[in-house]
Amino acid sequence: MAQLKSSAELEAFREAILNKKGTERPCITICSGTGCRAYASETVSTAFEEEIKKQGLEDTVDVKTTGCHGFCEKGPLVVILPGEICYVQVKPTDVVQIISQTIVESKIVDHLLYTDPVTGEKAVHESEIPFYKNQARLVFGNNSKIDPTNIDDYIVLGGYSALSKALFKMAPEEIIKEVKNSGLRGRGGGGFPTGRKWEECRYAPRDIKYVIVNADEGDPGAYMDRSLLEGNPHSVLEGLIIGAYAIGSHVGYIYVREEYPLAVENVFIAINQAEEYGFLGKDILGSGFDFTIKVHRGAGAFVSGESSALMTALEGRVGEPRPKYIHTVISGIWDKPSTLNNVETWANVPLIINNGADWYASIGTESSKGTKIFSLVGKVNNTGLVEVPMGTSLRDIIYNIGGGIPEGKKFKAVQTGGPSGGCIPESLIDSPVDFDELSALGSMMGSGGMIVMDEDTCMVDTARYFLDFLADESCGKCTPCREGIDQMLTILTHITEGEGQDGDIELLEEIAEVTRDASLCALGQTAANPVLSTIRYFRDEYEAHITEKRCPAGVCKALISYYIQPDKCKACLICLKNCPSGAITGGKKQIHVIDQGKCIKCGICFDVCPKRFSAVEKISGRPVPLPPPIEARTIRERKPRRKH
Amino acid sequence: MKRITLKIDGRELKAHEGMTILEVAREAGIKIPTLCYHKSVSPSGSCRLCTVELVGSGKTRLVTACTYPAEQGIVVKTNSAKVKKTRKMLLELLLARCPNVKIIQQLARDYGVEKPRLKKIKNEDCILCGLCTQVCQERMGVSAINFVGRGINRTVDFPFERMWDVCVACGACTYVCPTGHIQNEARKVAQLKRQLGIQRKCRYMLMGAVSNKLCPNNYECWRCEYEQRTEYRLGEHPVLALKLTQRQGR
Amino acid sequence: MVSQIDPVAIDTIIDRYQGEEGILIQVLLDVQHEYNWLPQEALKRISDRLGIAFSEVYRVASFYKAMSLTPRGYHLIRVCLGTACHVRGAPRILDKVERAINIKAGETTQDMKFSLERVNCLGCCALGPVMVVDGEAHGNLVPAKVEEILNEYY
Repeated sequence: MAQLKSSAELEAFREAILNKKGTERPCITICSGTGCRAYASETVSTAFEEEIKKQGLEDTVDVKTTGCHGFCEKGPLVVILPGEICYVQVKPTDVVQIISQTIVESKIVDHLLYTDPVTGEKAVHESEIPFYKNQARLVFGNNSKIDPTNIDDYIVLGGYSALSKALFKMAPEEIIKEVKNSGLRGRGGGGFPTGRKWEECRYAPRDIKYVIVNADEGDPGAYMDRSLLEGNPHSVLEGLIIGAYAIGSHVGYIYVREEYPLAVENVFIAINQAEEYGFLGKDILGSGFDFTIKVHRGAGAFVSGESSALMTALEGRVGEPRPKYIHTVISGIWDKPSTLNNVETWANVPLIINNGADWYASIGTESSKGTKIFSLVGKVNNTGLVEVPMGTSLRDIIYNIGGGIPEGKKFKAVQTGGPSGGCIPESLIDSPVDFDELSALGSMMGSGGMIVMDEDTCMVDTARYFLDFLADESCGKCTPCREGIDQMLTILTHITEGEGQDGDIELLEEIAEVTRDASLCALGQTAANPVLSTIRYFRDEYEAHITEKRCPAGVCKALISYYIQPDKCKACLICLKNCPSGAITGGKKQIHVIDQGKCIKCGICFDVCPKRFSAVEKISGRPVPLPPPIEARTIRERKPRRKH
Repeated sequence: MKRITLKIDGRELKAHEGMTILEVAREAGIKIPTLCYHKSVSPSGSCRLCTVELVGSGKTRLVTACTYPAEQGIVVKTNSAKVKKTRKMLLELLLARCPNVKIIQQLARDYGVEKPRLKKIKNEDCILCGLCTQVCQERMGVSAINFVGRGINRTVDFPFERMWDVCVACGACTYVCPTGHIQNEARKVAQLKRQLGIQRKCRYMLMGAVSNKLCPNNYECWRCEYEQRTEYRLGEHPVLALKLTQRQGR
Repeated sequence: MVSQIDPVAIDTIIDRYQGEEGILIQVLLDVQHEYNWLPQEALKRISDRLGIAFSEVYRVASFYKAMSLTPRGYHLIRVCLGTACHVRGAPRILDKVERAINIKAGETTQDMKFSLERVNCLGCCALGPVMVVDGEAHGNLVPAKVEEILNEYY
């Protein structure tokens, strides 16, 4: 493959692939993101390849493994192009039927279609499925059409045309102006205006500059960046090269978590292919601009995702944050000006260059432009990756796209922004997703994690969970974060264990405020958010734990007891057999009883008791009733009454 | 160096670019408490005690004086109510960690902390300020001790918690430790070294100030003619005041 | 367990980076991957070759979760405790695993068969709660299923 050395050569090459492809030929795409792989999607793709070979159909139909499609709840996903027929939860055993019916006979396999759980309506085409219909998949949409290990797929969809435009039709200052006017703000959590960041870096008086992709994505529950990097790495590379050109940088870094091996692998493949084609390296597309990219893996530290810490890690030193009074765009890696942006931020750049700042700014709200990808997870029916215009309400996301709360449970809160964010209650569920709005509510946009919680989630336990995470991840350098988080965690643990005292809430608030105001980096500064936001909206839960020793959601082990209701128990023996500590006594037709002294509160009995009996209940805040006396435990069969 | 003016506690002060707020304040005799700061090494900003309030248009911000650069026209308050409240909580947190360290007890009393209200009381005497590691690395060039681990379990130790011969018990770390933790450790190390009786470089040989030779004073540096002469000349202890030419601290 | 560290092997790993700056963490990750832990001799060799103080190398190795200064077990169990999995009951799964193999998270069994780690978000949130053993994901877990899965690895 000879390197492409001009804009014209790129366009000619693009034409050539398009003609060679012939868009009429059906293509079976199978989602192979990490999520679907955990559903054994690789066995599905192998089954397709084998069956097609067996039937001698290699010349009539293509098979393509793509990146994450986003509808993770229903994986493995198979979409058949060009008609976009979407099959969900496909198993290897379904493959023969799909080929013989859909490919050969152009008929739909009904039972593999998505069925709406409420209306029972089936959707044939991907775009008809409510999950997808209500999204605006500008950045993420191409994932389902691209094999991430094949650069040609990206080029066919118009890939690298933005780079070509930027290099040959725009001056660096024009590019920066375009990005500024688009209103793009950082998608990693900080929300800093991207154009301004690039501008400050460009005018920093040094000759060596660096650009960095932050793919550390440490927020638990967020995996948007991973799916973008795994599924469409070239979109990120293209954005990075454009940014480097605009800023005047010739060396770029991609910092990826080592917990994302597939992303690391696909990024390396993408970089190699881009170099081969002349999109990276010396004299890119014949423009005279040189740029190379190095990949660094993270090593298991959430704090190293903070921008100054990440730069320190790139220097090969311990990835701990440093005081940022002098901006890293002035003094970053090895004291050189460095522009760090999140994966999603870079992926938005080619769109802005191709379609213009005005188009981009027309999407979203006054202060938050464009779209945002969220990972919608937790107690929600349609778990997956969701892309919506800024300004969409939380309600729309959770209900119209997410399909609401499973098992008919009641919505309680949605957590946004990861461990740096906060919980938003039902009363505020019509709030729009917008950087400033979410901050005003005591939360933040963060990187895009959106965890839905229902009536069975304890908000005190949630705060404790986040502080536990932060305590584990704190670098420990500064007093307020290291000691403050530890002390807040101690208080919260006491509260969840029934040892909360009067004044605990006020003490938590005091420590949280100082941690927020005096910590060295954003980890400590935002550590207060989970605590303060749950106290703000769910103070009554804290008070119930402290004064009544009651956990309203029935979660905190020390405050709950499991009790088998004698009038509901049918003595089926299931819980008895499954109890790991032998705490249940009973027998056939003998009502089961839990020995509270032996019970370890594992909750297995609650899970396994058949739904139609629902005899096990969780009791909190009041004493467990005494079990019926032994004589009264025999279940008497009610004989049917004889009619005279 | 560009000359600038700024306001601290209502006083208009002159400084030059490159100074930190703390340096400007100290020169002007304004007291700001510190624990992890020492002028012989680069500031780390880890104890946060020197937090001061930066007054801007409409909003204020808390920053650490030891690391924040003095800029033209900034307005700083070193003792506002917010600053005092913040320092008080920081000292409560430190006192809960190190209840028996004199300097922390004293500072806590100064800020009105009597009994710690916090639940978890430990018995450490190290506040992880890192001064000992910085002196060992930046001034002695040896890095015999360093931080280990992260978070609440972070400590300062030898690698693998075992003393090794890169440490020559030069005692430099004892001159900077604010709590006395290192003094305890260094004494043990020196004892061990004396027992083992190995010939080693002395602290001034490490710093490149004197040529390598056998120490005539049995490593009792207070007897050393070089140390006495140099301390007299510089006005303070040479380990902290000697200008380093070859040393490249990070 | 004393492993024989071949200095040539360490050198090969370092030489792959062709004298680039800032590669300490990458080298340590490669060595960790190769030996399944970071023996002292390996750290010494890296310190000598890269000209970085031994205490600094040790500091980096002790800071990062992916690096282990003690030998790791044959099978690596990672239980996801990300927020989505937490909300779906992951702590009970971890509890069950800890009881089943008799170690706490971060430890290795006496017979070196299993090492157990808590991780934050493997990105399989639709399958939560999830446990990954040797790279293979097991999702939609309930405590009752745990022992059955672990038995496959004995």
